[in-house]
Amino acid sequence: MWWVLLSGSAAIFLLVITLLLFAFRRDASDTPAAEARHERVWIWGLGFGFSIMVLAGLTVYGVLMGERLLPRPGPDVVTVRAEGAQWVWRFSYADAPGRATEHILHIPAGRPVDVEITSTDVIHSFWVPRLAGKLDAIPGHVNVLRIEAEMPGDYAGVSAEFSGVGYTGHRFIVRAHNEADWGAFLRGEVR
Amino acid sequence: MNALRRHRALERIWSSRPGWRGKLTTVNNNDIGLMFLIAATAFFVIGGILAMLIRAQLATPRSVFMGPDTYNQVFTMHGTIMMFLFAIPLFEGLTIYLLPKMLGTRDLAFPRLSAFGFWCYVFGGSLLIFALLAGIAPDSGWFLYPPLSSTLGSPGINPDFWLLGITFVEISAISAAVEIVVTVLLYRAPGMSLDKLPIFAWYMLIVAVMILTAFPPLILGSILLELERAFGMPFFQTESGGDSLLWQHLFWLFGHPEVYIIFLPAAGVVSTILPVMARTKLLGYGWIVAAAAFLGVLSFGLWVHHMYTTGIPHMGLAFFSAASTLVALPTGIQIFAWIGTIWKGRPEMHLPMLWIVAFFATFVIGGLTGVMVAMVPFDWQTHDTYFIVAHLHYVLIGGFVFPMLAALYYWLPHFTGRKRYFKLGETAFWLIVVGFHGTFLLLHWAGLLGMRRRINSIEASSGWEFVNLVASIGGFVMAIGFTLVLIDVTVNATVAVRGRRNPWGAGTLEWAIPAPSPSYNFASIPEVRSRYPLHDDSDLPLRIARGEGYLGTPPDSGLRQSLVVEVASGRPNHLVILPANSALPVVMALATGCFFVGMLIKTYWLVPLSALGVAALAVWWAWSLGSRADHGLQDVGRGLALPLACHAAEPTGWWGSLFLLLADGVLFGSLLFGYAFLWTVAPNWPPPSYLQPGLLGPASALGGALLTLGGSRVADQALRRGRRPWLGFALGFAGLAAIGAAASTVLAGTTYDAHAYDATLWVLAGYVLLHAAIAGLMLGFLALRVRAGYISARRIGEVRVARLWSDYAVAVALVGLGAVWLPGVLE
Ligand code: HEM
Ligand SMILES: [Cu+2]
Repeated sequence: MWWVLLSGSAAIFLLVITLLLFAFRRDASDTPAAEARHERVWIWGLGFGFSIMVLAGLTVYGVLMGERLLPRPGPDVVTVRAEGAQWVWRFSYADAPGRATEHILHIPAGRPVDVEITSTDVIHSFWVPRLAGKLDAIPGHVNVLRIEAEMPGDYAGVSAEFSGVGYTGHRFIVRAHNEADWGAFLRGEVR
Repeated sequence: MNALRRHRALERIWSSRPGWRGKLTTVNNNDIGLMFLIAATAFFVIGGILAMLIRAQLATPRSVFMGPDTYNQVFTMHGTIMMFLFAIPLFEGLTIYLLPKMLGTRDLAFPRLSAFGFWCYVFGGSLLIFALLAGIAPDSGWFLYPPLSSTLGSPGINPDFWLLGITFVEISAISAAVEIVVTVLLYRAPGMSLDKLPIFAWYMLIVAVMILTAFPPLILGSILLELERAFGMPFFQTESGGDSLLWQHLFWLFGHPEVYIIFLPAAGVVSTILPVMARTKLLGYGWIVAAAAFLGVLSFGLWVHHMYTTGIPHMGLAFFSAASTLVALPTGIQIFAWIGTIWKGRPEMHLPMLWIVAFFATFVIGGLTGVMVAMVPFDWQTHDTYFIVAHLHYVLIGGFVFPMLAALYYWLPHFTGRKRYFKLGETAFWLIVVGFHGTFLLLHWAGLLGMRRRINSIEASSGWEFVNLVASIGGFVMAIGFTLVLIDVTVNATVAVRGRRNPWGAGTLEWAIPAPSPSYNFASIPEVRSRYPLHDDSDLPLRIARGEGYLGTPPDSGLRQSLVVEVASGRPNHLVILPANSALPVVMALATGCFFVGMLIKTYWLVPLSALGVAALAVWWAWSLGSRADHGLQDVGRGLALPLACHAAEPTGWWGSLFLLLADGVLFGSLLFGYAFLWTVAPNWPPPSYLQPGLLGPASALGGALLTLGGSRVADQALRRGRRPWLGFALGFAGLAAIGAAASTVLAGTTYDAHAYDATLWVLAGYVLLHAAIAGLMLGFLALRVRAGYISARRIGEVRVARLWSDYAVAVALVGLGAVWLPGVLE
């Protein structure tokens, strides 16, 4: 997504700057007759036509991309809960009632995981850059974020909504396990 | 009378008193405009120093220069100062100074109001600066999200400074907006119909209406949050039925339009300067006005794009995402119209033009990254990272500060009457532009790498250290550039040689008067026939000075005379007398300040006392206007005779009230929105029990409404026919009292801090009560005015003003109390 946006933007930027530079050439065309032509070209052609084309394309693209990121129900979805607080994250697991961890969220690798995000005090935001976008933890609300780690391993997570003096260090880790380790975790054999 | 004698006579009438006392009592737009500009610059310097502290902290990894507590205050205050105390007041000051000159009039519509606004701004801003120096400044980010900013996250006094100080400052934004709208609509040179309005005036008209509709949600939010913090009314606390998301909605309902409120004046400046620099006329005047108006309207539908990560349903996101990209359309139209203007003209590269080119290059990048973050999935990654910090500075500095620097150098000869001699400005230009991109271009990259905004240190192995070092160096280069600009302006304003009057060959009226501007602006008011009056007639300045326009003879009465025109056509309508120097504005701002300080230091007895003081001063203020006798037509020169403005059926005060009530109505609408929002979205609803209306309350509200409506009309009719209005007044008072009683039953029937429901009912009822009280005060005032002989069949403007307010009080009573009682009835 980033490269599409970047190259598109770079192209538009160059176009505008080129037009601007060319506008500084020395031959003026400031006659009443030319005025109508200028309006056609600049206001209608570039102002309306060009802008609408770019924006429409972009919006459709953005919505489609967003659609793909939506959580879909499925049989193998694992549900976990993430509770933000100043300045710790607490996690609990639908598949292992009573099990709770701090700072480390355990998930199975290769399976979609729904994280139910909420907060017990101020607003935080749950963000694991390598796994998904961010979603806020808001007191009284539960937001669900779909993540999926392809490979087992540790993924760094941070809180991404300013929460006071401990904000900079408000981090956590997502630990993705392979099948066997996940089973062991659920049975309480891994801490 | 020759030009010099006319100048002296007018100067005696219009200028402020000498010395510092003169500055306290001045109401003249020349003084107030300059004072705004100087104060805004001072706040910019403070905000800039804070920015340097931020960059110093982040220059090296694990810096211990400031602890988190200090750092949080520093970045919060940087954002707050730049947005509220620098950007908005700066363009207000520019407008207050320039607008009357561009419109061909002698002063703004409500001179004392602009002075009052200025003092509110300075006093409110000083509260914040005091907090900063005392180390108790707001520290929860410039958008102050609760619960972090509520008692839960910030038990101290810090957020109170923000809530009260900024609301205090907001008074000045609202009053300037009312001032600007009424001035553009009514105070223009004869012949200046709306299609001949200088383009800057169009922009400012749109901006002013936007201020009136965008600031009220924030003012309401601040009031609610302050009520929660001070009295425990739980609007934003989930356990008691509140919801912190309500704040986010109210804040961004303001916050997004705010961005355009800051950008559009800059666009107005570009649209003014660019054609002059390109030696041609603006391409597509009508289209540009339409695009700006469209932008203004559209910007109210976008606020949710600041809340993409709060868990809004996907369809909602798609809608707001599409709307957010759509906003680039009117911006695109303006940009291409500007380039087209350069294209058809013969551009010359003076310093203002250089700044406009820098604006193009920078703002376009900011706009493109803006479209990127309007894409929901992209925003989910970049939200709250340095990508956003970079984006917002490209827009704010590229889209606002650069055009303002163009404005500075374009109008400098007009401000000073001098030719720029020391050319530090060019060096400063390169330092600022290079420094700016050095600071922020690479920070996009840091954001993409995952650097969050508002962190107080960076990790040694994060991969962002180099980018941040470059950014800090760039920041200091930029700061040196801004310092050079300050030096350049100071030097050139004080010691440079005198210059020509209209060095750029511009066509708008502000260049038709001497520079620096005399206090009265126009020695006589010219007749206007096109958008560029100076191009029609290059002798215009001479004619104005010779008194060949309207009002060329200074009156012996020593009164400040100006003209009021008909809105659309610009036909001269009335001769208006503007108020002279007065200490009332500054005293009233002080009284208002006591109100806010009383809240701040929890000395609650001071609060109602100062409210009474403000009301008393307002009465005094209004009393000094008007006339006790009917007058005939007055000679205004050029063979024209006009009635005095006190004979207008809809006086300027009526127009001012109308637009003030627009803002008031938006505030009320936001309150109803909040009520509905909590109802539908907040957890822990419905409340344990509903208020039962009973019969007495609704009956007294309805009866009161009818009596008030009837009473004000009976009084109005009686006065028009020269009869006694007392019956109407009595009915009106009885009606307002009944409305007040109805609202009081609501207060008596609920506990304000039990549940967000009860708290909201309190605010709704309080709002109704307040407006009944205001209407009652006006009615009482009117009765005294009738007794004192200020009202006659031909002088009924004040009656119309009072009627407007009492009608409004009735409307909000019916809607507000209806909303209060509805759930209880339905149950
Ligand atoms: C003079 C050059 C400037 C520099 C070097 C600068 C630098 C910065 C930096 C580094 C931040 C991020 C702070 C953080 O997230 O910890 C920031 C935030 C901000 N800046 Fe600036 N800035 C400058 C001028 C401006 C101007 C002119 C405006 C507005 C007109 C502005 C408005 C803001 C706002 C609204 C924020 C967000 C504050 C917050 O997160 O609460 N800045 N600035
Ligand atoms: Cu926005």
